[in-house]
Amino acid sequence: MNSWINLDALWKIVVVGLLTGAGLPALFALGLRLLNPPGPVAPPGPSGPTGEPATYRPTAGPVGYALAVLSFAVVLASIGWGISVIVGHS
Amino acid sequence: MTGNDAVLALMVITALGFDFTNGFHDTGNAMATSIVTGALPPRVAVAVSAVLNLVGAFLSTAVAATIANGLVSSGAVTLTVVCAGLTGSILWNLTTWYLGIPSSSSHALIGGVIGATVAAAGTSAVKWQGLVSKVIVPAALSPFIAGGVAVVGTLLVRRITREVSERPREHGFRLGQIGSASMVSLAHGTNDAQKTMGVITLALIANGNLAAGAQAPDWVILSCALAIALGTYAGGWRVIRALGKGLVEIAPAQGMAAESASAAVILCSTDFGYSLSTTHVATGSILGSGVGWKGAEVRWQLARRMVTAWLFTLPAAALVGALAYWTANGIGGTAGVVVVFVVLVLASVAFFVASRYPAVTPENVNAEWTGSVAPAPVVAKDGAVS
Repeated sequence: MNSWINLDALWKIVVVGLLTGAGLPALFALGLRLLNPPGPVAPPGPSGPTGEPATYRPTAGPVGYALAVLSFAVVLASIGWGISVIVGHS
Repeated sequence: MTGNDAVLALMVITALGFDFTNGFHDTGNAMATSIVTGALPPRVAVAVSAVLNLVGAFLSTAVAATIANGLVSSGAVTLTVVCAGLTGSILWNLTTWYLGIPSSSSHALIGGVIGATVAAAGTSAVKWQGLVSKVIVPAALSPFIAGGVAVVGTLLVRRITREVSERPREHGFRLGQIGSASMVSLAHGTNDAQKTMGVITLALIANGNLAAGAQAPDWVILSCALAIALGTYAGGWRVIRALGKGLVEIAPAQGMAAESASAAVILCSTDFGYSLSTTHVATGSILGSGVGWKGAEVRWQLARRMVTAWLFTLPAAALVGALAYWTANGIGGTAGVVVVFVVLVLASVAFFVASRYPAVTPENVNAEWTGSVAPAPVVAKDGAVS
């Protein structure tokens, strides 16, 4: 570390920034995907009464649901932990 | 009330006035992307942001300490210097707000105070090393760090939810955006509200009301927190529009990635006492979310214009701060400070009036981007122009 640029703080900001700033949204996205597992967008079959093609949306099974809840919980817990670290330092 | 008390009162009013402009100039940093994607209605967004700024202001005071003790030697600072510096900061902030440029309120503040200090006591009164290591270097690096984090976040989020159908995906990310935008508002409170606290503390130390190296007193923390929250609630619709509609057309997933990157970088830096510009971080993140999203249109020309304004912010605010100091000092005493204050108030009113024609409001903030901050007038069916 020199006195004009604090490299020690810099790499910490980059690493923690990537883990929380990109990692948590990714985890959130994972939860979203677990809740909405991919399925055929427009399944074969007759269209609905309105003329719109009926969309079939598979729902998450119990395991997927539990994992999704877990991902969202980890996101929330990380935010809470981050805030408590900052409050603890000041 | 002696002349000195009057100047002290004017200084506090000017500082809180700056904090107010800081709030409405920067609402867009947190809320622009949530407003344009429809995650939150405009008025709800600014209200949420205001409350969280208020909370954030109480969470950490590391940055206030940097400003109060790390940038200029308090021996050179007088109340007149601080008043003049703040005048420079406010005028530059209002100019860039009028033009719809999300420039850094922090740099305006630091530039103004440094300009006035140099005008009063010469260049030796500035702690250049503190300025470079705690302000200039973070300012140069933070947009790239935030932009990089946002690119990674956007790529991951897009990749992971590629197979999720449109409706639940948009809905989910809008909900996520409410959380991420709230975090940016909180981060803004922990970083930006601190700066005005730092300046008031600096002036109180210089005036002998506080001992050197003192922390910000409670009434300073409270009044600054309230000023920035009120400013945030007023909503800088011009800047919100430029950031949210001008730079990139943003989808909810991008908005959430951009906001998460901003919040993470600002909060980390706050923890180290870096007074970085939330504006630079937010702009870097929004650009990053555009770069990471295949097919998104990024308006680099507008980004270049913003970066140019960033480069000018420190020197321009410093110049106005110095001019204000020379004016106040030339007239001398309390009268000098009062004259500068009156000029500042008149100029602020003029900017406000000019911004009404045409105004950017919660109702038209999301209008199609036509190349300018002020939206094209809407022609109703009966031909009336609203």
